[in-house]
Amino acid sequence: MNKVIEEIESQYMRKVGPESQGLRVGDTVRVFVKIKEGDKERDQVFEGIIIGQKRGGARATITVRKISHGVGVERIFPLHSPSIDKIEVKAAGQVRRAKLNYLRGLAGKAARVKERSDDRVTKKGE
Amino acid sequence: MAFRMMMLGKKLGMTQIFVEGERIPVTVLELGPNTVVQKKTKDSKDGYNSVQLGFGDKDHKKANKAMAGHFKRADQKPKWVLKELRIDDDAKINDFQVGQEIKADIFKEGEFIDVAGITKGKGYQGVMRRHHMKGAKNATHGTHEYRRHIGSIGCRTTPGEVHKGKRMAGHMGAVRRTTQNVRVAKIMLDKNVLLVRGSVPGPINGYVMVFQARKKLGKIGKVTRSVET
Repeated sequence: MNKVIEEIESQYMRKVGPESQGLRVGDTVRVFVKIKEGDKERDQVFEGIIIGQKRGGARATITVRKISHGVGVERIFPLHSPSIDKIEVKAAGQVRRAKLNYLRGLAGKAARVKERSDDRVTKKGE
Repeated sequence: MAFRMMMLGKKLGMTQIFVEGERIPVTVLELGPNTVVQKKTKDSKDGYNSVQLGFGDKDHKKANKAMAGHFKRADQKPKWVLKELRIDDDAKINDFQVGQEIKADIFKEGEFIDVAGITKGKGYQGVMRRHHMKGAKNATHGTHEYRRHIGSIGCRTTPGEVHKGKRMAGHMGAVRRTTQNVRVAKIMLDKNVLLVRGSVPGPINGYVMVFQARKKLGKIGKVTRSVET
């Protein structure tokens, strides 16, 4: 990529941010989005499962899916957007796919993701 | 016609920036510095007012003898692109001198501009891609080798010919096109870089001409979507 473009992107890149948290597809996360109400600012929480991620430095995004009042809602968050306050990982998921698009066709109990026990992950590495 | 300032540049690619928490798609242009290589005036043998702008230094070896002489007269390094900017106003022509440098600060952030470039060449293309025709209505019931074809191209004895300009398959792309009324998202003068909101014609490393907008001359717009809540 062009050096000038890299430089522009690095300006918008967060040094300590969601990307360095090591988010993974299948994780259940709480995304805190800054919302402006008049001149007040508050955080709105979007909680769901990461069903996909797009890399690309400052252009990286994650897609988060949740079920709201029985309707599936998906939101794409640019990880380096200044309007994202923070992202909390509620639970780590164990999945075997890069994109969890199959969750769209499932509901209720079937739409759950197996939990990742970090013990097993570290044991494998030993 | 009102005078519109023009500059020459190069398309470097696209990326995104954040403005007021909003994600803005931008095209990165290397814009200038442009040099005035020649000045034509009404009183000279040229018979009209204009300045010739040059952009992008090239090696002395790469200029042929004729061009080398042209640049030598202006006491400038050879340039990759030369374009003429008509200046009908007699008073305005005096603002320009041969050798003068023009930088991207002639534009303002948010200003409406037109960007012209040579579009990407697509080669020989059929009517579906080139003119968005529909092709055959069905792909079955005995349709044979006709799925992406043009339909009828005319009538019978009246008019007895195919109308001129009938859209057919042929070479697509690689022509000059202008995107009108795009906004300047940001100017980075130290790097001679201009960020344009949205896309502009041409490939990466293609040369572009940036004008003040013909239809919104000198107007300043907002770069963000400006959603009121």
